[in-house]
Amino acid sequence: MKKVIMGNHALSYGAMLSRAQVIAAYPITPQTQVVELLSEMCADGTLNAKFIKVESEHSAMAACLGASLAGARTFTATSAQGLALMHEMLHWAAGGRMPVVMGNINRAMAPGWSIWTDQNDSLSERDTGWIQFYCSSNQEVLDTVIQAFKVSEKLMIPSMIILDAFALSHTYEVVEIPEQDKVDRFLPPFNPPWRLTPDDPHAFGGLTSPDHYMELRYKLQKDMEKVPALVEETGKEYEQLFGRYLGQVEEYLCADAELVFVTSGTAGYTARVAVDELREKGIKAGNFRIKLFRPFPFEKVRAVLSGVPRVAVLDRNISYGHHGIFYQEVKSALYGQPRSPLIFGFIAGLGGRDITRDSFKEIADYALKKDRAGEEIVWIGVKK
Amino acid sequence: MSKERKMTLTIPREEFMSPGHLACQGCGASLAMRLALKGLGQRTIVCIPACCWAVIDGPFPHSSLDIPIYHCAFETAASSASGVRAGLDMVGDTETTVLAWAGDGGTFDIGLQALSGAAERNDDIIYTCYDNEAYMNTGIQRSSATPVGAWTTTTPVKHYKKERKKDIIGIMAAHGIPYIATASVAYPEDMVKKFKKAREVRGTRFIHVFAPCPAGWKSRPEDTVKLARLAVQTGYFPLFEIEDGEKWTLNLKIKERKPIAEYLKLQGRFRHLKEEEIALIQQEVDTRWAKILKSCGL
Repeated sequence: MKKVIMGNHALSYGAMLSRAQVIAAYPITPQTQVVELLSEMCADGTLNAKFIKVESEHSAMAACLGASLAGARTFTATSAQGLALMHEMLHWAAGGRMPVVMGNINRAMAPGWSIWTDQNDSLSERDTGWIQFYCSSNQEVLDTVIQAFKVSEKLMIPSMIILDAFALSHTYEVVEIPEQDKVDRFLPPFNPPWRLTPDDPHAFGGLTSPDHYMELRYKLQKDMEKVPALVEETGKEYEQLFGRYLGQVEEYLCADAELVFVTSGTAGYTARVAVDELREKGIKAGNFRIKLFRPFPFEKVRAVLSGVPRVAVLDRNISYGHHGIFYQEVKSALYGQPRSPLIFGFIAGLGGRDITRDSFKEIADYALKKDRAGEEIVWIGVKK
Repeated sequence: MSKERKMTLTIPREEFMSPGHLACQGCGASLAMRLALKGLGQRTIVCIPACCWAVIDGPFPHSSLDIPIYHCAFETAASSASGVRAGLDMVGDTETTVLAWAGDGGTFDIGLQALSGAAERNDDIIYTCYDNEAYMNTGIQRSSATPVGAWTTTTPVKHYKKERKKDIIGIMAAHGIPYIATASVAYPEDMVKKFKKAREVRGTRFIHVFAPCPAGWKSRPEDTVKLARLAVQTGYFPLFEIEDGEKWTLNLKIKERKPIAEYLKLQGRFRHLKEEEIALIQQEVDTRWAKILKSCGL
């Protein structure tokens, strides 16, 4: 069935079709419609779940973790300040191997107060041990929620589904709503290898000496390393059932490109239009959209970008005192690789400033003129 | 006296806590857990935030309890327990009791918001605060449960605690939750009875357990039960219950309260207090005792 829905509702439908059993959430603009629709679904019985209306995002994640450890499939959603308030519990989720799936609407961090999009909220949580998917369409949001539950529960690692504030969260698109029985075939009920139960009592997360702690973290990393292959495998399985492949990255006309944009989120959508227009002018441009950011898709990045003459990384975020975060990561993935490209870094769209086709043309102008790629940050659309 | 005879219940012999735990000598908190579990039984899951009990239980991969434990973040005893309850319900276990077990720091201070949230939602959990009146696990720093006059490492003798202990019972009563009780490790029959009773009530239940800490109070380990008993006999920590936020019951009537000085003098943390300061503390105890008697309709 096709429906015209907003990005936030794509998250709600994803959670509903995944048969989330416990939802704990706190409202924050621009996430509110996610939990409003889920509240309605719980109230009218469309979704058989407990919705805990907590008093903060910190408690939202804490409640999700308790429920997850008790053996329930759990979902929540937040944004920006809410995600930051959860920070401690994000470590708890990954470190405790609790496969919660969460939607995060990318919103710029205050001050000054902003409700508009940029990625500094979710990228600040890069090192908490969560899988991160950056989506560029409402269809992708819905499909990825279902896939994320499968990946997360197999490896017992939580997942974050990330979408741009307003540009996606409040934008209506046509979305194919998968049939429940087919989703059930793809995603069996949550059956964790361990849980809180008096039938088999264990202590979870107790005091862990230097003799044991490091192995827990080693195992988390080893399981993280399994994510890319599992995303490919489940993405293909999803394609067989629903006709839509869900991968780690999206390549658009990269094979013969002299310049490839590296993008994420909705900017990756705009970039494709810009690529078409540049190609009409005879510039062989391409777009490489990174969807899976944690773990970083090293193999895909190397396979596609090695040998491309010029790469222009667009960051809707900044690590103050360093550079855009995708830029750093792409550079580190290609460092020391044969046929490593010239890699340029651009920062645009902070706090919801528009990233347009013209932004990409400006980026192309810059990247095609330079013979060397330095450390300079190229700001797009900033009033200096 | 007939009331006291009624309280001669048999404490279950079954133990859900084994030796080998890491509590200090004379630890009131370890005695509290042992008694609480005798009341609740094995079909219990406990959420323990950062507090002495995060350590007492024993380091990974050991545990001194026969029940499952979720070691949760400092401020999340209540929210974690709410989540466990919801999760259990969804996987078809509606019988197991979910217990949040936090110290005074995790209850009066950092965990108060989450506790208030759970109480407002009337989530089906038993929240127990074992109160040793300071951050003992980090080395005796003052909390909002530390009483007036006490020395701690952050309220040194030259500037001992001047602020009153936060009225946590008043706060919880204002939420109108179905069951609130105070309990003391010096009155095991009363305590076990209260946990048994709480187990049968649905909704948020709050039990405030008085748990002396020899290391933090600078008292003798063998005086733990004596101090807990004196706290009740002086009226400093009365034993009572509040049902539905309104119905107050005094569980142990004390005809002649002992002077608070008797309780204070056994503890090094009050050693610096002068007579006039002790007199002021006595006044505060008297005022609160009168208030509680009034609430109980006595």
